[in-house]
Amino acid sequence: MTSVTEASTLSSAEAMRARRKARLAHGLNRTAATLQIVGLGWLSPLLRMAAGDSPRQQGQELWQQMGVPLTALMLFLAAWAWLAPQVNTSLGAIPGPAQVWEQVGNLRADHQAERAKEAAFYDRQAKRNAELLAKDPAAEVKTRPYAGKPTYLDQIITSLKTVFTGFLLGALVAVPLGVACGLSRTVNAAMNPLIQIFKPVSPLAWLPLVTMVVSATVSSDNPTFEKSFLTSAVTVTLCSLWPTLINTAVGVSSIDKDLMNVGKVLQLSGPTMVRRLVLPSALPYIFTGLRLSLGVGWMVLIAAEMLAQNPGLGKFVWDEFQNGSSSSLARIMVAVFTIGLIGFLLDRVMLAFQAAVSHTGTR
Amino acid sequence: MTRFPASPRTALLSAAATLALTLGAAQAAPLDVEKDQLKLGFIKLTDMAPLAIAAEKGFFEDEGLSVTLEPQANWKVLLDRVISGELDGAHMLAGQPLGATIGFGTQANVVTAFSMDLNGNGITLSNEVWERMKPNLPKGPDGKPLHPIKADALKPVIAQYRAEGKPFTMGMVFPVSTHNYELRYWLAAGGINPGYYAPNDVSGQIQADALLSVTPPPQMPATLEAGTIFGYSVGEPWNQQAVMKGIGVPVITDTEIWKNNPEKVFGVTEGWAAKNPKTHLALVKALIRAAMWLDENDNANRAEAVKILAKSEYVGADAKVIANSMTGTFEYEKGDKRAVPDFNVFFRYNATYPFYSDAVWYLTQMRRWGQIAEAKPDSWYDETARKVYKPEIYLKAARMLVEEGKAKEADFPWASDGYKPLDEGFIDGIAYDGRKPNEYLTKLPIGLKGGQALQGGQLVGG
Repeated sequence: MTSVTEASTLSSAEAMRARRKARLAHGLNRTAATLQIVGLGWLSPLLRMAAGDSPRQQGQELWQQMGVPLTALMLFLAAWAWLAPQVNTSLGAIPGPAQVWEQVGNLRADHQAERAKEAAFYDRQAKRNAELLAKDPAAEVKTRPYAGKPTYLDQIITSLKTVFTGFLLGALVAVPLGVACGLSRTVNAAMNPLIQIFKPVSPLAWLPLVTMVVSATVSSDNPTFEKSFLTSAVTVTLCSLWPTLINTAVGVSSIDKDLMNVGKVLQLSGPTMVRRLVLPSALPYIFTGLRLSLGVGWMVLIAAEMLAQNPGLGKFVWDEFQNGSSSSLARIMVAVFTIGLIGFLLDRVMLAFQAAVSHTGTR
Repeated sequence: MTRFPASPRTALLSAAATLALTLGAAQAAPLDVEKDQLKLGFIKLTDMAPLAIAAEKGFFEDEGLSVTLEPQANWKVLLDRVISGELDGAHMLAGQPLGATIGFGTQANVVTAFSMDLNGNGITLSNEVWERMKPNLPKGPDGKPLHPIKADALKPVIAQYRAEGKPFTMGMVFPVSTHNYELRYWLAAGGINPGYYAPNDVSGQIQADALLSVTPPPQMPATLEAGTIFGYSVGEPWNQQAVMKGIGVPVITDTEIWKNNPEKVFGVTEGWAAKNPKTHLALVKALIRAAMWLDENDNANRAEAVKILAKSEYVGADAKVIANSMTGTFEYEKGDKRAVPDFNVFFRYNATYPFYSDAVWYLTQMRRWGQIAEAKPDSWYDETARKVYKPEIYLKAARMLVEEGKAKEADFPWASDGYKPLDEGFIDGIAYDGRKPNEYLTKLPIGLKGGQALQGGQLVGG
């Protein structure tokens, strides 16, 4: 670097420091934005403090981001603990946080006990088969999967599988349809009344119809998917595709006309136009729609499981209600919090996706 | 088949026993079942016990079956799922296979080869009704009401409610349920009309003094508490639950209405039974063993059974609530505990054998209340019972168990023609002979007789 002047070498160290600081601040800002999206916004003031920002200012920020929500949560727990015992139902008093926490432990213990039972079952089976073979090497031995009860964790996994299946099915239908609606006014006019009519229909109204159709179309002899699984998934699809459909249509129809004209000048074919121009510019809208859809789908699924008695968290809640034991209410509350937390996490995941594909300052 | 088969696959059913003996009784080869992974439905009631016990004690496993037990929301869902094939079989109300076969409600041929238990139900009234009814009851020397409590004492109470402009509503679990027929029998024996069914009005409330409606068992206490109903007829643990929570008083158990009455059956569709005969046999074998275990040595195992049933995947209610009836005590009014040793019978008195006469009694009650709209000849009752109840399968399974050394020869009614002798164990003393259903119907107070039918809410013909 011979072209560098003397004057600049004097201040070069300072400049370097300033540049480093600016880079660090910029990096911190970007990290903060990302953290905000995934719901860990309270980490950024801590990082900034570590980077040497004014502790006072960051302390205030930290209080806003972390202190206030935590205090609110504490207050809520205190109010709950105080109010719950005062409501007496026929299943005993409403459980407070302590009882609910106890049931979390119980559910975990149940899960482990069931897994132990499963292992014991496989052991017994292996022993039995070995004995049979020892007696008669030509004997036909069978290995069967364990048929115990689904534990709480199993129910959560079932629900998640179902909601994603239904949601993806919905997206597969809604996105192309939405693009078609957005591109052509005729299609939009044709679809509009249908969308308006079906959008507000409650999942529970679809359920009997879906159940009947699934029963009629799926044979009962070892189908690839369980009927109950299909019923729940299709119900989720029917209720969750509307937000995606509407948002996609809006996104596609509000594309910059200049862009479309450029496409026409370049004489792009229809599919290329959709792939290169339409989808990328409508992506933020589509993801907003998907995020809404997943939220709706999750809510619908629990209701559908409750009503149709299909495996999943909804069934867990209903079974516990039917048990009517002294621990039932607390277990139902555990389920309520689980459902809420999972819904929140799903939303965050979609939000992260949305932010990743949107053209905002965070990229 | 004297030749020892190379593999059990070629063994016929008749040879299975010989095979079992060759291998030694304790290590009998399981039947070569057509379907070894089964899903069975049940409703959360203590009388599902044989299913839970067969699963927990490994009786299903011994037969080479891997069984998942799945609680269902209500009786209708359960039946529909058995018919659609989502469930292989289920714990059913005795009236369900019969009702389905004759087409009351959903039409489908459902059969049963295993009767699950005797008794097990009760009728509970709300505290307020009990208080109004109590003065009308005859008392014993200890000041406690004399049992069995008859519905005669309830009649003036219903009249009072009427005068106050309140319809007297009661809950039962299903139109073709034992609980419905028991409640109707008890009310009618006390001169209260529980209402008729008609082809164009299946509410069952035509001309009713007491309006009966369907409520799922687990929601009975909540509905009573809400004041929607003034009483209900339901299986355990929901009568004892009402006492524990202090919201109602059980007034009578069903064994006092009809001594040792059949209650639940294990039902499968006719198509399923035809397709999976060996699986069906294996299931019945496992269930017979479970029933024997439940009644062994004078109910010695009941305490353990209660622990199993209290698990959340089975009945799930608190153990102490289930324990009451399962261990042979029953609490009527709070503090008024009485011994009812036969409250739940699973194996004694040939409880598990599917008697035709039991099926015929249910059919007579369906006719009595108008669920069967037209008069039928005696022969029809017998044919229908034979279509649904399959004692031949039951006896085949029992025979195999005896040969495997798992059951006693003396425990089964090998020679029965399917009809019990004259039954005089009813609260109103009317004797029942299953061979003469039409004659029996003429003896009953309140109810359709002979050629009577309902038209426009009126009884016509006769």
